[in-house]
Amino acid sequence: MIPVLLWSDALLFLLLAGVFILVWAMRHRDWLRDPWRQVMKSRVGQGSALILAAFFAIGLLDSLHYRERLPDVPGKPAQYSGEVLSALDWLATPLRERVEKTYSAPLATHLYAKETLKGTDGVERRDYPPLKYPGTHLLGTDKVGQDVLYLSLKSIRTGLLIGALTTLVMLPLALGLGIAAGYFGGRVDDVIQYVYTTLNSIPGVLLIAAAVLVVQVQVEAHAALFDTAAARADVRLLALCAIMGLTGWTGLARLLRGEVLKLRELEFVQAARAFGVRPLRILARHLLPNVMHLVLITVVLDFSGLVLAEAVLSYVGVGVDPAMNSFGNMINGARLELAREPVVWWQLAAAFVFMFVLVLAANLFADKVRDALDPRAGGKT
Amino acid sequence: MLNYLLRRVLYAIPILLGVNLLTFALFFMVNTPDDMARIHLGVKRVTPEAIARWKSEHGYDKPLFLNEKVEGAARVTDTLFVDKSLKLFVFDFGASDDGRDIAREIKTRMGPSLAIALPTFFVGLLSYISFALLLTFFRGTSLDAGGVILCVALMSISGLFYVIGGQYLMGKLWHWFPISGWQPGGDAWKFLAMPVVVSLVAGIGDSTRFYRALFLEEMGKDYVRTARAKGLSDVRVLFRHVLGNAMIPILTGVVVVLPRLFLGSLIIESFFGIPGLGSYTIDAIQSQDFAIVRSMVFLGSFLYIIGLMLTDVSYTLADPRVRLE
Repeated sequence: MIPVLLWSDALLFLLLAGVFILVWAMRHRDWLRDPWRQVMKSRVGQGSALILAAFFAIGLLDSLHYRERLPDVPGKPAQYSGEVLSALDWLATPLRERVEKTYSAPLATHLYAKETLKGTDGVERRDYPPLKYPGTHLLGTDKVGQDVLYLSLKSIRTGLLIGALTTLVMLPLALGLGIAAGYFGGRVDDVIQYVYTTLNSIPGVLLIAAAVLVVQVQVEAHAALFDTAAARADVRLLALCAIMGLTGWTGLARLLRGEVLKLRELEFVQAARAFGVRPLRILARHLLPNVMHLVLITVVLDFSGLVLAEAVLSYVGVGVDPAMNSFGNMINGARLELAREPVVWWQLAAAFVFMFVLVLAANLFADKVRDALDPRAGGKT
Repeated sequence: MLNYLLRRVLYAIPILLGVNLLTFALFFMVNTPDDMARIHLGVKRVTPEAIARWKSEHGYDKPLFLNEKVEGAARVTDTLFVDKSLKLFVFDFGASDDGRDIAREIKTRMGPSLAIALPTFFVGLLSYISFALLLTFFRGTSLDAGGVILCVALMSISGLFYVIGGQYLMGKLWHWFPISGWQPGGDAWKFLAMPVVVSLVAGIGDSTRFYRALFLEEMGKDYVRTARAKGLSDVRVLFRHVLGNAMIPILTGVVVVLPRLFLGSLIIESFFGIPGLGSYTIDAIQSQDFAIVRSMVFLGSFLYIIGLMLTDVSYTLADPRVRLE
């Protein structure tokens, strides 16, 4: 096998490295560490952090990609399968390979649909055929017989990536432009305010839709650049994150601008300026640390919204690649099956429950982070 | 105030121009008319002649910014930018890629959109604020704690769940309302009820929590303590003083979206089969009709800017200290 590094994998691991460096730097600084200790002291904080950590572990396992080596043909160089697998696929091989013919209910022993079967006595009857792997599908199987639990686990990575990579794009823009607008004021402020009012005034879904359509056309036009379907889906995911980041920085930037407007009049900033400290250094050393709590709170709060947004965008048809595993695609594929009799509910239920647990954990964690970091919250919200 | 508003209108022009340039860049420079023609013709029938024909049929056969073939002022005006983008400023939306008049579609589809958006908006606002006041009134009790937990749980559920679950329960299982569809006239309410109820439920968690936080912030201020010290009852403080003072942040979030109600809701309308502007937009996205998407982007931005202006005006009504100069 050969390892495959998709762009999104690289960015995700880069982000992870960044978080580790940050934690390492905070190691001996009590004033930075204490709020987090406070978060981890509460039972809600511990529980939600644990759930989030489990989700991230699955997502990271699913980001270690490789391609299997095909059986050697004598006289030819080694060939590799076009299918990109991940460490999670390898761990979940039994789930992945136990494929049925079509729908089957959770833990069922027989298929959802009737078929013409030949009994032992040679007479043909319409009946539910037995499953190939009866009782092993904890959450049932989907239309093409794939295990729903496996699909749900695979969807986690997409949700996390959308949350994480969008933040990665949005953060530098929001930080740079928000603080600059607040600190420099005047012409700089005017321009930045103009840019974010313009971006804000465009209905978000439409801008995302427009950009994704454009990317789709471009990917189709340059299909030769991508050697696997996974690489193609990956580019679309990155484009989605990029455009959501490019449109999503305005809220945080506005918040930071307001805060910096207040901060720049305070004595420590005035003193730094009087000492002749250069503006960039004031921004980085004096202003940035003092707005960091706002940044952290917004990032954690936005994360859950982004996971939910993925499902909606996939429904509109401008989300991730239709072939990619994601909660949105799972819901989209199953929503019409509620009209069937008996109801095919397990695929929808699995997608919604997984999403609910992830988003609830993120929301609860965000609340605790805000209580710990925001001096105004004071534990009352 | 008139002076101020006039200045705001003038300020709106560069913003709309920016929106126009951005969408123009996206749709015409990154994604050229040739690409558009290819999408609509399909892979099989793509020949240079077919592309040229499609472009001239739909008016895409002009240069982007400068037309060298004609003389005089037409050099600048007889271009795609003027034709497709600047004309939006006089609400000349032109025809969609399948040849229908966009302006007429917008006019006829506005009604159904508003029929859902307006009740949702006003009933929602009233009930969310009432819930929030209730929680604020019982702050610190287990009712408040339970309410907040419920809100967090409700806002962690995907919006699609409310729609699909609502359709399944109210439409399929209980047969209260038709699952989807639309009928103008007296029976319209049957088709309106479910989308409105679903949107209301979907918004409870987020909004109630937001308003509760606003009210609690006000509750901690000095004027509340003064009012209480003078012997005012809790209810009176809450309704007269806190609600009044929380009006500015409430209006900030509310008035901006008011004009945009025209555009309807993408998800709700398409799930419930309402022929409004939301489902129009979603159909356009799915059939890659860029002319409609561009018109809706412009209309959305325009309405947003109107909303910003209305917000400023509403401040003067809510707070006599605010003067627009």
